[in-house]
Amino acid sequence: MRGQEARDQAERKAAMATLAQSSGDDIVRLWNEAGLPSQAELLRGPETGLVTLRGRIGGGGAPFNVGEATVTRATVRLPSGQVGHCYALGRDKQKAKLAAIADALWQDPARRKEVETGLIAPLRAALTTAHEKRRAETAATKVDFFTMVRGED
Amino acid sequence: MYVAVKGGEAAIANAHCLLADRRRGDRSVPALRLDQIVEQLALGVDRVMSEGSLYDRELAALAIAQARGDMIEAIFLVRAYRTTLPRFGYTNPIDTGTMLVERRVSATYKDLPGGQLLGPTFDYTHRLLDPELAAGADVAEPLRRETEAQAMPRVSAILAREGLIEPDGEMPQDHVPGDITREPLEFPMARDIRLQALSRGDEGFLLALGYSTQRGYARNHPFVGEIRIGGVELELDVPELPFAVPLGTVRVTECQMVNQFKGSAKAPPQFTRGYGLVFGQSERKAMAMALCDRALRASELGEDIVAAAQDEEFVISHSDNVQATGFVEHLKLPHYVDFQAELDLVRRMRAEYEARENPAKAEEKKEAAE
Amino acid sequence: MDIAAQSIEGGFADPVFNAQTVFRAVMEAMARPGSVQLLPTLARPPAPLSPTAGAVALALCDNDTPLWLDPALHASAAVISWLGFHTGAPLANTPADAHFAFVATPAEMMALDGFSQGTQDYPDRSTTLILQVGDLASGPPLLLEGPGIETSATIAPARMPRHFIEQWKQNAKRFPRGVDIILAAADGIACLPRTTRIKTMEA
Repeated sequence: MRGQEARDQAERKAAMATLAQSSGDDIVRLWNEAGLPSQAELLRGPETGLVTLRGRIGGGGAPFNVGEATVTRATVRLPSGQVGHCYALGRDKQKAKLAAIADALWQDPARRKEVETGLIAPLRAALTTAHEKRRAETAATKVDFFTMVRGED
Repeated sequence: MYVAVKGGEAAIANAHCLLADRRRGDRSVPALRLDQIVEQLALGVDRVMSEGSLYDRELAALAIAQARGDMIEAIFLVRAYRTTLPRFGYTNPIDTGTMLVERRVSATYKDLPGGQLLGPTFDYTHRLLDPELAAGADVAEPLRRETEAQAMPRVSAILAREGLIEPDGEMPQDHVPGDITREPLEFPMARDIRLQALSRGDEGFLLALGYSTQRGYARNHPFVGEIRIGGVELELDVPELPFAVPLGTVRVTECQMVNQFKGSAKAPPQFTRGYGLVFGQSERKAMAMALCDRALRASELGEDIVAAAQDEEFVISHSDNVQATGFVEHLKLPHYVDFQAELDLVRRMRAEYEARENPAKAEEKKEAAE
Repeated sequence: MDIAAQSIEGGFADPVFNAQTVFRAVMEAMARPGSVQLLPTLARPPAPLSPTAGAVALALCDNDTPLWLDPALHASAAVISWLGFHTGAPLANTPADAHFAFVATPAEMMALDGFSQGTQDYPDRSTTLILQVGDLASGPPLLLEGPGIETSATIAPARMPRHFIEQWKQNAKRFPRGVDIILAAADGIACLPRTTRIKTMEA
């Protein structure tokens, strides 16, 4: 794979990850604010199903099945021909459809910047803030050990 | 024998109507919303997700409300729902090493990389009921400490450097992880299948078995190597994309139990391990699971099987509370014909017994009857 | 059209009702061996997978059913990605691991006993074969008897596997193990469950 293709793929995946982690409400709000087009042909879904979540024995050993999680997916095609996909935890069909459209728009070089700045960047910023808050709150519960010296020697 | 009996439709319909009324309770008390359950009864939601074996907070909250807080009924509802959904696939194995940690403690190492993070724990509370909570007092914002993000290697990796602990559990190269939702249980079973069954097993049952090992029934000298709770990202390979598609984040609890092991014919003296991995913040369950996982490895490690917690068929066959409640609760359903047959049988045996023990009296009875 | 576009086109227009229509046809055909259940064109898979076989795949296959494709189908990347996208079914490593096997050229196919025959405890775990036959009327007639057939039934699928009648006898001898067959013609399907016996017709 050429370098540019690999970078594009990594960026597209990162955008999909941001969409999957964000709430449907946030996506709808930013979508409307950015004035992104929501016209698309639904090729599959949105439909809800399960994925089986795998862990590893001992944390790093052989895989085993832990249990299932609900996932909603959608595949759409834009009037301009790009096909977009979404898979996201939960049962939010509106979110899955919009995220699939966002993935399709992202692949259109003429639209990518608009999607990145109007939708992905603000979502990512909100997620980062939430992560940092959680991390800082957890860090405040870190134990600082100190040793009590007893006796003369 | 089964004999069809009709009737009861109106009674059943009315009972369900009454159930709906009692579930709602006093109408002057505001109805519970699902987001309140998700936010404020979060550990109950986590338990329903883990034993219902379905990660979906809103569904678990709905199940708890519909079951009037009966957890096993709620778990049953979730299990029934999940059978209606198609399955898109198996995720790539999660990496708990890169978890966004919300709690992480070790009982074996004080100063471990990343430190001990207590998180939102009940530990060190005084277990005193709180009248302020009852009065609905405001709750302060939690404190924050700004620090650089630190890597938090799993404790097992630290012990492994000394070579005194067995490696993470491996399976043969071409082994496909078993799936109890697709294949019937067969004994003996591989450790991966056991772990799947334990992860959805009843918390109370596994807790009691774990406790039994501590009290001497298959003692295995456990230490909590590490417990970590936090968010892990999920990824799924799908045919339509050239990369694994990111699905979002789930919260899980992982417990690494470290067990002293004096060695056997099959393995040298070392630390052995039990593993627990459970949906949500479910620390007690993850610990119980790890204790049971270790106990159930008895034959693999060449230990004598002397106690219930080591008996795979006993533990795994009885750990599923939906199966257990189904079989116990079915006893209350009509068995009129079965019982009638039993009644006849016992009457006849009693008559024969009396005739044997006291022929004169039996004769008298017979005459009186005539 | 490139493979990526081909692979996402041609699924069921109405997933629930179309799947029910195909499932009903397969169920009727299995219950009444030798009867022909007509099916409209519901799926448009890439060649050489036929629309009828494609529709059966969409109705019956999912992530839990490994598929085996005969060399003609396996050679088509478009067919593989179409099945992958629309059914989520993985490809089986060997015919004996397959829950369903799709065969575009039955006349050249491997022997029936190479597929999973199920086990004595779980005979349902055998492979179900979907054979793309030209039609169900122009081949050598097969006289059928067995459960689901009141007296006898006749179908005449074209381009069947070599030595099929002999192979089918061997299949019956493995009962309760053995494969079941769905014959997919252009306008409908017929089935040969393992319980159906073929009375040899005068050749």
